[in-house]
Amino acid sequence: MEAVLAILVGLFFAGGIYLMLSRHIIRILLGVVLFGNAVNLLIFTNGRVMRGVPPIIAEGLDVPAGAVANPLPQALILTAIVISFSFFAFLLVLAYRAYQQIGTDDTDGMRVAEPVADGLPPMGY
Amino acid sequence: MIWMIVLPFVGSAIAALLPTNARNAEAWLAGVVTLVTLILASASYPAVAAGDAIRSNIEWIPSLGLNLSLRMDGFAWLFATMISGIGFLVVLYARYYMSPEDPVPRFFSFFLAFMGAMLGVVLSGNLILLVVFWELTSVFSFLLIGYWHHNANARDGARMALTITGIGGLGLLAGVLLIGHIVGSYDLDRVLASGDLIRSHDLYVPAIVLILLGTLTKSAQFPFHFWLPNAMAAPTPVSAYLHSATMVKAGVFLMARLWPVLSGSTEWFWILGFCGMMSLALGAYFAIFQQDIKGLLAYSTISHLGLITLLLSLGSPLGAVAAIFHMVNHATFKASLFMAAGIIDHECGTRDIRRLSGLFRFMPITATLAMVASAAMAGVPLLNGFLSKEMFFAEAIETHAISVLDTAAPYVAVLASAFAVTYSIRFIHGVFFGPLPTDVPSVAPHEPPFLMRFPILLLVVACLLVGTIPALTIGPFLHTAVTSVLGARTPEYSLAIWHGFNLPLLMSIVALIAGVILYLLLKDYLSRCEEGPPFFRRLKGQRIFERFMVTVSWRWARFVDYRLGARRLQPQLRLLVTVAFVAALWPLYSRGFTPGRFTLTGADPVFAGVWVLGIVCALGAAYQAKFHRLAALILLSGAGLVTCITFVWLSAPDLAVTQLLVEIVTTVLILLGLRWLPKRVQDGPTIASAVPGARLRRFRDLAIAVSVGVGVTLIAYAVMTRTPPPTIADYFLEKAYSEGGGRNVVNVILVDFRAFDTFGEITVLAIVALTVFALLRRFRPAPDSVDSPEQQRIQTAFDEAQPDRETGETIIDYLMIPAVIMQWLFPVIIMFAAYLFFRGHDLPGGGFAAGIAMAAAFILQYMAAGTRWVEDRLRVLPVRWIGLGLLLAAFTGAGSWLFGYPFLTSHSRYVDLPLIGDMPLASAIFFDLGVFSLVVGATVLMLIALAHQSIRRHRVARTIAAADEETA
Repeated sequence: MEAVLAILVGLFFAGGIYLMLSRHIIRILLGVVLFGNAVNLLIFTNGRVMRGVPPIIAEGLDVPAGAVANPLPQALILTAIVISFSFFAFLLVLAYRAYQQIGTDDTDGMRVAEPVADGLPPMGY
Repeated sequence: MIWMIVLPFVGSAIAALLPTNARNAEAWLAGVVTLVTLILASASYPAVAAGDAIRSNIEWIPSLGLNLSLRMDGFAWLFATMISGIGFLVVLYARYYMSPEDPVPRFFSFFLAFMGAMLGVVLSGNLILLVVFWELTSVFSFLLIGYWHHNANARDGARMALTITGIGGLGLLAGVLLIGHIVGSYDLDRVLASGDLIRSHDLYVPAIVLILLGTLTKSAQFPFHFWLPNAMAAPTPVSAYLHSATMVKAGVFLMARLWPVLSGSTEWFWILGFCGMMSLALGAYFAIFQQDIKGLLAYSTISHLGLITLLLSLGSPLGAVAAIFHMVNHATFKASLFMAAGIIDHECGTRDIRRLSGLFRFMPITATLAMVASAAMAGVPLLNGFLSKEMFFAEAIETHAISVLDTAAPYVAVLASAFAVTYSIRFIHGVFFGPLPTDVPSVAPHEPPFLMRFPILLLVVACLLVGTIPALTIGPFLHTAVTSVLGARTPEYSLAIWHGFNLPLLMSIVALIAGVILYLLLKDYLSRCEEGPPFFRRLKGQRIFERFMVTVSWRWARFVDYRLGARRLQPQLRLLVTVAFVAALWPLYSRGFTPGRFTLTGADPVFAGVWVLGIVCALGAAYQAKFHRLAALILLSGAGLVTCITFVWLSAPDLAVTQLLVEIVTTVLILLGLRWLPKRVQDGPTIASAVPGARLRRFRDLAIAVSVGVGVTLIAYAVMTRTPPPTIADYFLEKAYSEGGGRNVVNVILVDFRAFDTFGEITVLAIVALTVFALLRRFRPAPDSVDSPEQQRIQTAFDEAQPDRETGETIIDYLMIPAVIMQWLFPVIIMFAAYLFFRGHDLPGGGFAAGIAMAAAFILQYMAAGTRWVEDRLRVLPVRWIGLGLLLAAFTGAGSWLFGYPFLTSHSRYVDLPLIGDMPLASAIFFDLGVFSLVVGATVLMLIALAHQSIRRHRVARTIAAADEETA
């Protein structure tokens, strides 16, 4: 079970990074979504995985009876899900605005701050 | 005593607020502040003279050994008096010197702040505090030197002074930290009591090197001396204050302060002896060849400070006495000379000695005063400079440590004294005597107002009094100061003018005569030579410094930018990913990492099936993302759902709920956004293969992605197959119910244990939502994406073709049944959200999930009835929800203050609510309510902002159509 999960995480990573290395903003966006999932799963695996024992204290008890899943990564991931959602929304709107303003979604074409003609800075003084 | 430091800073703040043209108000203010400080200092003399240091201690960060502790002993008192006294005189002088056109309040504001910082340096009883004030003096001296910031020289000089003294300050901080480490305390008393401990410690040499780096840069000692002449671009009152009596004195002050602790070693002797001797000789030599009066005085200051440094290097108590004495003497005569130079500049418009001459006829009183002060500088008998110079000579001929330096000391001393005589005569003779000036901008120079001259007069009188009756004037004060530094090691010394015919006197006479002869020899050459000493003229510290700065801050930076920088996003990202990969790989490799045996057995087939599905989805999404975005999007959602199912199975119901809801909202957002982003169509085989290199690049990306994927797989596998160490999670599990009052541990962590994190997080969410809103506000889609989608066009065309149909009816017909269902679902979903919210503390659910579920209800309405319909009926003001949520969360957290608990402490109890029954109610639930409200507000705000674009689209389309008609 662990092996398949590990491969899943690795492939999510690979897919996300591959998309993020693209030149087109939309692909980068999709890559960010996939990458977010990948990172969440990786954090999740760090807490070790267990089936059927959610970190919920049963009625009438003060501490959970027996081993339960690690609540800490879950709390972290819950935060991360919301943050990556907002991050994604921000990127999306930024991409949208950039496209409107610059007229391209190709990152190589976004040359407002550093026009291509400028070339690299001079080495002399 | 604290007032002596606070008052100048308060005065500075007030002066900064005064109007620019208030010329007298700020002078009065500064005068009163300095005078009160002086009175405060003087008033504390009896206590100081009694032998004990006055202390005042305010706890600041006691856990770091950092207290606001002040300490005034005789030495600090001497300096405090000098700083406030000369400060007052300089304020008086500056009142007349500064031109009304300049922003004078700014000058006095900086000036007072500088004075406060300087007093802080001398009165600090804690070394860290001392360093803080030390840095403040550097900063304010930067501001003061650069006061005329329209002048490039002033800017350069200020920057150079700040760079050099700032670097020194860093060294000093490091040195002080080392001392603190050795002694175990930063308290000055404890440090002063641990001399032997420090000297015998392994870290002694690094500590003194670092501390001396600070003091030598501050006191403009060789090889850091070059900033001082460049700082002469400052207004003259600044030079008179900073570069004679205070700023540069801070370095020698600290060396004398720590002298009992640090001195006496060979390293100390060599470093200080060498730097001091070089500064003494070279400073005096360079001073002869300066054409600028202030330049001459600056180099003379370097030379005199070199003398003090040399005296301190010797490690003999008598040397320390002479050093302290000379600090005072130098401050008096040099301050008055700077002021005289300022008057000359003020009256004649130039400070170039070649152009000035014969000024005695115009300003006899100033000339006389300057002459007396110069004589003190040259070490002429019956003036204070002579006394300390005699003591210096007496020390120079003593043998302290047998070495080249020690042997050379007397000769260098006589040589430098001769040079001092030469440049003093040059200053006086060149400026005040000779023919009438012909080449001077101002034709009729005259005596300055009495009050402008008064400070010089006072200082010169002090020079004379100390020079003639030292025992009656400076004697007791000097003794208090010396005793406070040296303690039991205070030597017998005599301040008498006449010690009989001895070697020091002979050396003085030789130096005087040699200096006069040298001046006579050089006179003609000096009157026409260019600035700078022969032989060394080309070797300018300033040039070296500039070269160095250019190399570091320009060439190296450019080199790094050139080599490692990229103008495109992809190479940067690629670099980032690669570096992260290598950084993760390296420790694993060096520690001998084995992921363990990789077995596929024991996998539940259903599990494996779902995960394989997830893998296919991720791969498909990556593959399809180029041209088939919708397909990629659907596959991506598939991957998200697999993540969600994973969470369900592996005991994380909270995550599953949130993930599912977020997945929905994300998909809707992408769908809304995709509509406005450019399409890419597959034309020909593929674009990638058409561009040479593009395919290669994709392969490289693929290789990077695959390596990272494999690495992460191995790490994840290795982590999962190892038993976990005990973690903080156990604590949370134990305390969740007993202290957090909730059964859902994840939710308790979020809203109680780690509520502060959650608070930060929802703040981020709020900021993002507002930014999205701001980005899209009053913003219209680009003309090329305003065309309706194909399906919509066909439907509209169909509607328009039928006379009995209205535009948009088809779509309404299509969606009739879903729309009814979705509208009916609205209250149901709200109920569901409430349910999620209330069970959150005990069962999976909570504010996040509930908030997003609620937002989903709004999304459904948009889908069912269209943007316009919803916007017409929407009564939710998302911005208020956001604000309310944030405030509620903050107030819940702050509420615990009322009961004397830290921020966000939670309280829980069971309440019996009618109808619902016994319900657990923790105060954290209000926090969660804030989270809920904020999440709803933020999500709905983003949705509205994006969806509203479709309404704007119609407007854009109409304007385009109108424009087309006009052109047609």
